[in-house]
Amino acid sequence: MSEVKYIGGYPEHMRQSIEIVNRSRARRKDAVPAAMSAEQREETLQVHPDYAPGGKRELKIGPNKGDPVPVPVADLLESYPLIDETEIDLSVADHEVDVMIIGGGLAGTAAALLAQDQGVEREKILLINKLRHGDCNSIMAEGGTQAADRPIDPPDRHFLDTIGGGHYANKPEVVRALVEDAPLVMHWLEELGVVFDKRDNGDYVENWGGGTSARRMHSCRDYTGLEEFRVLRDEFRARRIPSIEHSPAIELTTDESGRVTGAVLYNLETGAYQVVSAKATVLATGGFGRLHIRGFPTTNHYGATADGLVLAYRAGAKLRDADTVQYHPTGAAYPVQIVGFLLTEKLRSAGAQPINKDGEAFVFPLEPRDVEASAIIRECYVRENGITTPSGLRGVWLDTPLIDAIHGEGYIDRAFPAMKRMYARFDIDITVDPVLIFPTLHYQNGGVETDPDGATNIEGLWVAGEVSGGIHGKNRLMGNSTLGTMVFGRRAGAAAAAYVKSADAGERTFRHVEQFVELLKGAGVDSSRRAPMLLPEYRGKASLARMIDVW
Amino acid sequence: MSESKTMMEKISESTRSLTTGVDTRDVEHWVTIYIMGRGYSVPADLTIMTAMEFAGYKLIRSCGCRQGFCGACATIFRREGQYKLESALACQTRVEDGMCLVQIPFSPAEAAYYDIAAESYDYSVFSKHYPEVARCVSCNTCTKACPQDLEVMDYIQSAIKGDFESLAEQSFDCIQCGLCALRCPAEIVQYNVGHLGRRMFGRYGSPEPEHLKTRLAEMERGEFSSVLDALVGASTEKLKELYAARVRESDE
Repeated sequence: MSEVKYIGGYPEHMRQSIEIVNRSRARRKDAVPAAMSAEQREETLQVHPDYAPGGKRELKIGPNKGDPVPVPVADLLESYPLIDETEIDLSVADHEVDVMIIGGGLAGTAAALLAQDQGVEREKILLINKLRHGDCNSIMAEGGTQAADRPIDPPDRHFLDTIGGGHYANKPEVVRALVEDAPLVMHWLEELGVVFDKRDNGDYVENWGGGTSARRMHSCRDYTGLEEFRVLRDEFRARRIPSIEHSPAIELTTDESGRVTGAVLYNLETGAYQVVSAKATVLATGGFGRLHIRGFPTTNHYGATADGLVLAYRAGAKLRDADTVQYHPTGAAYPVQIVGFLLTEKLRSAGAQPINKDGEAFVFPLEPRDVEASAIIRECYVRENGITTPSGLRGVWLDTPLIDAIHGEGYIDRAFPAMKRMYARFDIDITVDPVLIFPTLHYQNGGVETDPDGATNIEGLWVAGEVSGGIHGKNRLMGNSTLGTMVFGRRAGAAAAAYVKSADAGERTFRHVEQFVELLKGAGVDSSRRAPMLLPEYRGKASLARMIDVW
Repeated sequence: MSESKTMMEKISESTRSLTTGVDTRDVEHWVTIYIMGRGYSVPADLTIMTAMEFAGYKLIRSCGCRQGFCGACATIFRREGQYKLESALACQTRVEDGMCLVQIPFSPAEAAYYDIAAESYDYSVFSKHYPEVARCVSCNTCTKACPQDLEVMDYIQSAIKGDFESLAEQSFDCIQCGLCALRCPAEIVQYNVGHLGRRMFGRYGSPEPEHLKTRLAEMERGEFSSVLDALVGASTEKLKELYAARVRESDE
């Protein structure tokens, strides 16, 4: 490392390729590659990790028996519980509430607010967080939120963009709810005080997203999720709705009929459990990025370990589209400290182009994410036109200086402070030099199947946000995740509030867990396999090898 | 097809240390850091966060998004031979030899309970909920503590002037890590003051666009119901046809 000479944050061999990129910029500025045809998209997708052979297996048990899902997901879904049910006393509830929400991201927080709006007393709502209220993917969303709200952009356009991007696998009535509620969500956020990017005349600044046919992306610089989330969290706290942090739900409880009636929480710091009785449960636990499917790094937060999927599947929830994974086209590939971190799609909305080692633009910058990611993988590993980093990763350039070349000097500073800051910490100036990118694991496209109100096939259980399936089909578009969390968080919170008006607290048992364990035994599953995972394992191998447990 | 399998293996191999934890055999350069005073030898190219994990810490507090957005990993450190305490985000800062550090697991700072619809859009909202802002002595310690390099003192001054727009502009990139408040000699909770001001600006200083109001009225009248009904009921073939026929909005 000490022998390598660094210039502006890059080692010499990468710097040589950057000079080629810098020289070709003027020529490329107005010569953007054309968008692909349906056939070209199909061909390009063959190198996508979802399409490339291997990586999946069929589920042996449960509601989705026979369906293929990524191997790490299958292993978690087919796991024994963390707890021995004989050690847990379910007869005494530490918390007796009407609506329990598991997961404090945008979806869960929105659900809590709407449950209160719809008449549930604040003391009868409880938000459960595995880590902090705010440890979520929502807070890291950068690029924007879709909402069709200009005369040229009717909601049916948003519907078509979404369902075409999702390869027509989306559940149509759920997509309809998504696009119909989008303007309503914008109005709600305005009233709560979210500061969106606006023009001098007060109109929204609206931008392109990959696979959209109209400018529909509402942003807050490149901190969109941060701004939306911190406003919802502030509202939640200002209303004094109860929440518990650092206590993940590690099992649901059900009654004789299979209805979800509560959960067991685990205090990560003391190791003690608590029992919650809830008339209605909203599961908003997010996705599975930290499973590093196919060995990819991820943009996801620390706790994205599919816990909600595991709990719901054990309780009998039906999944859909759980075979597909979104790899964001532009993850950081250099420097090594930030590999896999998200570079917002908004950079490409603003004109940044993916460029190979020879300074050539090889793909339309705003294909749907699965297509764009595939084109980048192909450029690096099939056409061998990538750049290799000192730590052995391959990537292509994202030509960020082109943004200022198009929009004028200072544009990046105003629109992309997070991106600029992240690279400046490693001595790279994205207004002067391009950045190296490679796809990174970003999103769980599918999940627990729902109706348009977030209701599942299990009584007493609603889902919202990334843990749900059906909105995005086999591939999500940019800006539909933050939108989806709020549309369905709000709907699930309201539906749960309506339900509890006539529901009683149910009996709490582990009947569904016992039944699931029988299925696991019948399928010969190794009893050492336990879930939910709660947190990924990143401790150094040398220190792990010496660990002993004396307590 | 065996070629793409090889490709997936190549990709996963190139990122193994990032996805499964660092293997000592791959490390060429080492530094020594002091986690709460105890020394550990760690690979030189790790961040504070990944170095702590390498050393054997299973992080529960002080770790969240791992990418500089959530503010969970506020860290105080001192460089060897220096007297100055510096602040950083553990996930965004590379380790340095001799660094002595502690993470801040939680900030017990006060946050106001309020109803945004009932507040006045002037300075009184700050004097009501955070009267201590008036005690700012302009020492700039908050600004120096900010891992986002925001002009924290300036936005507190904007709050004192009742200038919501400047406050929103200056404080926008705040991730609410709490370091400013923990260092402030006047006991001001800068990040919560900033948030109150931004929400006030969002609601009262930056009105809802007319085109959104128009669309809401159209939706209210059910103007798109029949076209959406038709799409929900359409066959995949029909949807493919409609998707292919979309005309992209002009770039002009």
